[in-house]
Amino acid sequence: MKLCIASGKGGAGKTTITAGLAHVWGGSVLAADLDVEAPNLHLFLRPDLPDEETVTLPVPELNPERCTQCGLCRDICHYGAVARFAGRVSFFPDMCHGCGGCFAVCAAGALRTGGRELGRLHRGSFADGRFLMGRSRIGEAMTPPLLRRLLFRLDAMLEDRAADAFMDAPPGVSCPAMTAARGADAMLLAAEPTPFGLHDFRLACEAFSTLGMPLAAVLNRAGQDAACDGAVLEYCAEHGIPVLGALPFDEAAARGYAAGKLVPDISPAWRERFEALAEAVASFLHGAGLQTGRRHA
Amino acid sequence: MREIVVISGKGGAGKSSVCAALAHMAAGTAVIGDLDVDAPDLHILLDPRDGDATPFTGGRTAVIDATRCAGCGRCLELCRFEAIRPGSTGLPQIDAGACEGCGVCVRLCPEGAIEFPARQSGEWCVGRTRFGDFIHARLFPGEENSGRLITLLKREARALAKATGKELILHDGSPGIGCPVISSLSGASLVVAVVEPTPSGLHDFERVASLCRHFRVPVSVIINKATLSPKTCDALRAAARAAGHDIAGELPFTAAIPQAMIRKKAFTETSPDLRRLMLDIWKRILLALETTSRGRSR
Repeated sequence: MKLCIASGKGGAGKTTITAGLAHVWGGSVLAADLDVEAPNLHLFLRPDLPDEETVTLPVPELNPERCTQCGLCRDICHYGAVARFAGRVSFFPDMCHGCGGCFAVCAAGALRTGGRELGRLHRGSFADGRFLMGRSRIGEAMTPPLLRRLLFRLDAMLEDRAADAFMDAPPGVSCPAMTAARGADAMLLAAEPTPFGLHDFRLACEAFSTLGMPLAAVLNRAGQDAACDGAVLEYCAEHGIPVLGALPFDEAAARGYAAGKLVPDISPAWRERFEALAEAVASFLHGAGLQTGRRHA
Repeated sequence: MREIVVISGKGGAGKSSVCAALAHMAAGTAVIGDLDVDAPDLHILLDPRDGDATPFTGGRTAVIDATRCAGCGRCLELCRFEAIRPGSTGLPQIDAGACEGCGVCVRLCPEGAIEFPARQSGEWCVGRTRFGDFIHARLFPGEENSGRLITLLKREARALAKATGKELILHDGSPGIGCPVISSLSGASLVVAVVEPTPSGLHDFERVASLCRHFRVPVSVIINKATLSPKTCDALRAAARAAGHDIAGELPFTAAIPQAMIRKKAFTETSPDLRRLMLDIWKRILLALETTSRGRSR
């Protein structure tokens, strides 16, 4: 089973919830951080990450001796990565999206496959299971190909040894978040009941519901404003989204987070809240026909 | 013309709340923009009276015309985005959500059976607010091309500033350090980084700072929720100074900031104490802006 924890708004509590669930789940667990631009899950689960893999995008490299200057590569490039100056073709690999069009049209065999580093994947384990994360290269604009590689690696790890996977998604609802979500079996959306949180939660529901997978919500930092809490619950009821729990706003939790602690370890009350959330997540997944390896208390 | 972009790396650090407060301090001297087209929130605090929306046509999506498709499978071989799969009918099928819009299958289909329609992927407009003109947009859920929409907003914001005689543009940015953030940095005079003293905030700030160094944009730091963790706050100050960034100021961890957001106000409108703090921060940001030459020629 692969559960993707996402939210429209950044800072809604994705990482806190992913880390907390992975920590209290029991059974074989794999925690994966798919927020490759700003990965934070490792800061809380503190894994050992001995395995590293550099992920590159196959980009064209020109062999000028073979190039006939026909310009077909420039005509097919949609991204401005090929230009012609003074009658000569030039490549701008930073603009390349790796579509392979130029390779497909070059009849002269003048292109070699080069690589632009997109980022790195790191694999290892933490106290409660295995761990996988990605980190984009500073200055790299494209994250979906790195994410697709990460998802491929995640499936390979699960094939190797079955586990329940918890995936911490990037924020937002555009390509990175959608790419991450497509690799999951079910989604849990973190909703912060504030005007910003409610607005972005609606966007997230609209975007992720198109994927046709089981989707549930959990309120985070609830209780700051009764009207906002009510509005999120009402939206969920209207759209048939099950609400699996409501984690209250608590200054102790915020301070614990700031100190790098796992929220379930802050106090027995927080441990109980996360145990209850894990139980609700497990029964939601079972109800949706997904098998989990969770040991019941 | 000077352009400030507010970013944070980590989401939820307080970018939009701080941006609304900065817009308040700018007192009508700036054009305000929301470049977080993926999950725009600033309009909630600015409450704009919007003009007509202009459609944004972002990219194109490949569509197979089944009546012309011979089922040769060439498109399946060509697609590098895993967007074309063998369909149940024996003909290839395109997953519109995964289609990158590169057009390679369209150009190279031997039957010419793949259409390439443009699609509207969002809209943008200019609204009037109590703090000045506000340009903002909405990317439809799940759509791509946020970078192109951001480039368009930046261009329109400059045109609007020019037309209304404003010398300053204040943009709210996106979380992360990828495509949308990189697009928003182009031509920026100064980045205001809003960071929180948490392990995530510190980690993501270091990545934001590296990105700004990469693109040679100076950074002014606002530490938000500064009283949350004195130890992490010290580490954050040290990291900012080591990287040569100005610290414009610090805001305390206080319920007054989310409570202002819940009332849909800038926190400088609801708290005199925070207003005084922000006024000093704003002065320092203007000073930092004075000492950089980026964007002056625009």
